[in-house]
Amino acid sequence: MTQARTLFEKVWDQHVIVQEKASPAVLYIDLHLIHEVTSPQAFTGLRQRGLKVRRPDRTVATMDHSTPTTPLSVPMLDTQAASQLSMLEENCQEFGIELHKLGSKKQGIVHVIGPEMGLVQPGMTIVCGDSHTATHGAFGTLAFGIGTSEVEHVLATQSLLQHKPKTYEVRIDGQLARGVSAKDIILALLSKIGVHGGTGHVFEYTGSAIRGLSMEERMTVCNMSIEGGARAGMVAPDETTYEYLAGREFAPQGDEWDQAVARWKDLPTDEGATYDNSVTLDTSDLAPMITYGTNPGLGMQVTERIPDPDKLPNVNERQALEKALNYMALKPGQPLLDHPVDVVFIGSCTNSRISDLRLAAGLIKDRKVAEGVRMLVVPGSQSVKRQAEAEGLDEVFKNAGAEWREAGCSMCIAMNGDQLEPGQYAVSTSNRNFEGRQGKGGRTFLASPLTAAATAINGRITDARSMLQ
Amino acid sequence: MQKFDTLRSKLIPLPHNNIDTDQIIPARYLKVTDKSGLAEGLFTDWRYEDDGSPKEDFVLNDDRYQEANILLAGDNFGCGSSREHAPWALVGWGVQAVVSTSFADIFKSNALKNGLLPVVVDEETHQSLFDLTEEAPDAEVHIDLGAQEMTLPDGSTVEFPVDAFAKSCLLAGVDQLGYIQSFDEHITSYEQERAIFG
Ligand code: SF4
Repeated sequence: MTQARTLFEKVWDQHVIVQEKASPAVLYIDLHLIHEVTSPQAFTGLRQRGLKVRRPDRTVATMDHSTPTTPLSVPMLDTQAASQLSMLEENCQEFGIELHKLGSKKQGIVHVIGPEMGLVQPGMTIVCGDSHTATHGAFGTLAFGIGTSEVEHVLATQSLLQHKPKTYEVRIDGQLARGVSAKDIILALLSKIGVHGGTGHVFEYTGSAIRGLSMEERMTVCNMSIEGGARAGMVAPDETTYEYLAGREFAPQGDEWDQAVARWKDLPTDEGATYDNSVTLDTSDLAPMITYGTNPGLGMQVTERIPDPDKLPNVNERQALEKALNYMALKPGQPLLDHPVDVVFIGSCTNSRISDLRLAAGLIKDRKVAEGVRMLVVPGSQSVKRQAEAEGLDEVFKNAGAEWREAGCSMCIAMNGDQLEPGQYAVSTSNRNFEGRQGKGGRTFLASPLTAAATAINGRITDARSMLQ
Repeated sequence: MQKFDTLRSKLIPLPHNNIDTDQIIPARYLKVTDKSGLAEGLFTDWRYEDDGSPKEDFVLNDDRYQEANILLAGDNFGCGSSREHAPWALVGWGVQAVVSTSFADIFKSNALKNGLLPVVVDEETHQSLFDLTEEAPDAEVHIDLGAQEMTLPDGSTVEFPVDAFAKSCLLAGVDQLGYIQSFDEHITSYEQERAIFG
């Protein structure tokens, strides 16, 4: 009998091409996603060395980070961003890479379009010059973010040097109460393990709560693995995975589909396999979560009060929390409920898929965004946008007074002009509340789409459960 | 890649934990298409007032450290985004080594590919180095990558771990692509075998 292995170990083993002693493994990469911000220097490197892209057929590009989310007819004023976009277009043309450029039907945030086209399939290795590549682990893939030097390595060789990370089981059991969502699960996990609890590890999310999530919800959870320090987070494929994938453009068809599913069924962690580390979380008493600090691990239930730095045992943590509260202009012991906000952002690779928009729209329907609050709804892809429009969700948002935008990263990273003003407070469905992340001097509360929508209506941080019938 | 063997410098103290790559280089500086000019954006929101004047109390604006090359930072340095612009900006400014108790995985990997050495020390050493920067801010430490050793002003030495492969690349000043390319035939046969089942 062969040794019991985890999901991660199976995918890893299958992709190691060479493993020399005292060296990292040469790992084969099945799918390489690229975007305009972290690729230009890699293509320049290829050109300088006279190299080609080894597998353009395993490389897919999109424009998302610095793209405007205003209608295409509005001219792009940011010449630097525009030149980055045109450089991506030239690079893709020269090296024969499929590009979903601005204005095309499949354009969108790189971590939204890969899964929706069916490009992301169980058992694959996937990389992208972006730390939220962890998203794709929801399909039982080993997916992680890389730097630009590594983007160049993968373009040139379709391979990457990697040391084998350790494994970490994140077991999440229980039922989700009404008004509590996948975003709350991951924020609760991060507040428990902190922002470097997972460093050096790959998470595998297991347990009944994870089994009960849809693929989009699983993507929300895996997306923020990196916020816990883990480069990747995985969920074993199951019927939910196959159902999501079946019939998608790049998913296998006919006999090939049956063979693929048979292979995928071997992927889940074997009984008796062990992990290097583990943590458990029970969702039964989980409530909507919100962050109060300047990293995603500084979160609490929306009804709680901000912790007191003086009560922390560790001097470093105390100083870190003081610094965060100072930046956020918040006080220890203060509740966040009813705290006024200036902006509400629904979007990003964490929460911009159709199910996220449906949740938010469900709450906003027949209501209005509070006076003085700017609400921005940015679908994750053109495909999500079309679907939302077919369902009339755009009208729900617009009638409420929200801005309905084109697909892109937008205010998640504030590279495209969608940004907070200094001192403004925002509830955001994105993944990072770092200082200045959503605009210099801006202050971010991370939360779920439901919390964001409820807050937009009241203009103050709201427990969405109070608004659900 | 810039070669790294030994380095002697003052320590630039930046005692915050979880310094993320958005602080090291904010996203608005990522619209470049090359690697140059990023030093300007290094810690820019901590370094400059809104009107562009330098913040006097920020350590990188201290005359004492203008020629220094070693950053002494709080725990979990470089968390967040995968942007390699972070090491590019640090190296562009003149930082050649960062000392901390821990580094985020992607940052560490990126740093090592740019001749920037992440030096991991234990908590006690970490604290004593911060104490040193208060008591003797002009004191220099010496880093010897070959020996994996840092020598403190009092002559004592601290060992630090470095991945053997990355170390040999740094000492030789060669990047890692050549190593992967040397396995071209293996990659090709791997692709042929895998092609059978997709
Ligand atoms: S939405 Fe935000 S986190 Fe996601 S890829 Fe874009 S910038 Fe990165």
